[in-house]
Amino acid sequence: MKDIKKSIETEKQEWRKQQTQQRLKTSLTIVSPICLLLIWQCLSQSGLIDARFFPPPTAIITTFIEMLKSGELYYHITISLSRIIGGFLLGVIPGIILGLCMGLYAPIRHFISPIIMALMPIPTLALLPIILIIFGIGEGSKVVTIAGSVFFPVVINTVAGVISIDSIYLDVAKNYGASRKEFFLKIALPGSLPVMLEGIQMGQAIALLTIVAAEMMGARSGIGYLIWTSYSAFLLKEMFVGLILISFFGYIFSLFLRWMQRKLIPWR
Amino acid sequence: MGANPKISIRELTKVFYKKQNSVTALENISLDIEEGEFVCLVGPSGCGKTTLLRILAGLENQSSGDFKIERSTIERPNQSMVFQERGILPWLTVEENVAFGLKMRHLPKSYVKERTTYFLNKVGLAKFANMYPKELSGGMKQRVSIARAFANDPEILLMDEPFGALDEQNRYILQEELLSIWSETKKTVLFITHSIDEALYLSDRVLLMSAQPGKIMEEIKVDLPRPRKLEDIRSNPEMASKFIDIWGHLQVEVQGSRL
Repeated sequence: MKDIKKSIETEKQEWRKQQTQQRLKTSLTIVSPICLLLIWQCLSQSGLIDARFFPPPTAIITTFIEMLKSGELYYHITISLSRIIGGFLLGVIPGIILGLCMGLYAPIRHFISPIIMALMPIPTLALLPIILIIFGIGEGSKVVTIAGSVFFPVVINTVAGVISIDSIYLDVAKNYGASRKEFFLKIALPGSLPVMLEGIQMGQAIALLTIVAAEMMGARSGIGYLIWTSYSAFLLKEMFVGLILISFFGYIFSLFLRWMQRKLIPWR
Repeated sequence: MGANPKISIRELTKVFYKKQNSVTALENISLDIEEGEFVCLVGPSGCGKTTLLRILAGLENQSSGDFKIERSTIERPNQSMVFQERGILPWLTVEENVAFGLKMRHLPKSYVKERTTYFLNKVGLAKFANMYPKELSGGMKQRVSIARAFANDPEILLMDEPFGALDEQNRYILQEELLSIWSETKKTVLFITHSIDEALYLSDRVLLMSAQPGKIMEEIKVDLPRPRKLEDIRSNPEMASKFIDIWGHLQVEVQGSRL
């Protein structure tokens, strides 16, 4: 009896040790960005780095609040977000449909995949001049640019997802008399979803990269435009606000997609 | 015995051809299975028993020969298969998996619900209806698979080593459960297994297959009265001699296919 108590005590202490270690790890992830900001602040204020190029974080935050109050930021953010969301949907939805068709029907796959393979390496940004000629300098060209860059990773991952479905599930569907439509919706779509969502996540990252660059090159609004014009006018605090916004939205989007992943594939 | 067997297979042959190299998986299989009969197919790995089942299941085409499944009504599906492990869809809940066949046939919702609940209760999974397969043990997954096949109410049931991946104790329990559901519905069953014990316990008739080319070489009737207990197989001297008889045949085949 005594021995058991002693064993429990030992294990209890072991468990406590693990708990503190776990807490330490969590705090490390919180501490690291704060450390970076602190170092930046010190270096900038002490003049060790040029405050004109690297304004201290506190100054950036003040600028951020000012821009927020003036409504300028709100304008750029809503424009960029609507372009991203529009372009994202315009790229993802056809990407999924074409990917499923290519995955399910080998002739379609063999016919289309060389075209995809040939077009994929070309950065959509390099096509921006042509896109501008075709779609004009309005919203259409930005949305199309994003859609184009999101489309490829989604198609490729959806095809890979369908192909990776275990053949026994195809047998089950056939044996129990699934029609073509049911096969599409009940087997191919859910079966390819995990790999497909990875492609969508990749697409989301690319969409952010693309929007900033596209707005730098051919736009009169948006976060990318804000970054570029601030830089041109040497308003580096404003430029940093733009950069931080991009990082913030990237983080929010990936959190959102991870949440979606949990909702859409609860069976994983 | 009726005039028309439930399943009649005539000179069924399947050849796999690849780059000037052909393998005869099945050669001239002829076989009748009566309505309500439980038949086990035993043979060494690679003897073509799964191929035979897949042809009957419509998942593969024979090279020559024919088979017929006698239909009682038009509404009933011809056959349903209980697959080896991994045969249930991971993205559907237990309940949706059991209802799968019925839903594919677009039957009225209330009927689907009623039948699904009935068979979920039968296999003791009612409490797990809303869980996903990842949360189930191997034995529970095979119960889902069995419930799905019975719920579909097919003319015949095809079972492809459904208990092959289970541990021994779970296997005994599932065999017993299968017999209890089967005795209620009296379906015609063609069951593939490696296990001689399993074949003797479950079936009315054991068919022994040889490998390459796959042929049926021996037929052994098991006339032990039902309901059976697993202990009967072990303690009955007649069953023991049948076991030795079957093993004698298989031993030659297994050793032959190792060369």
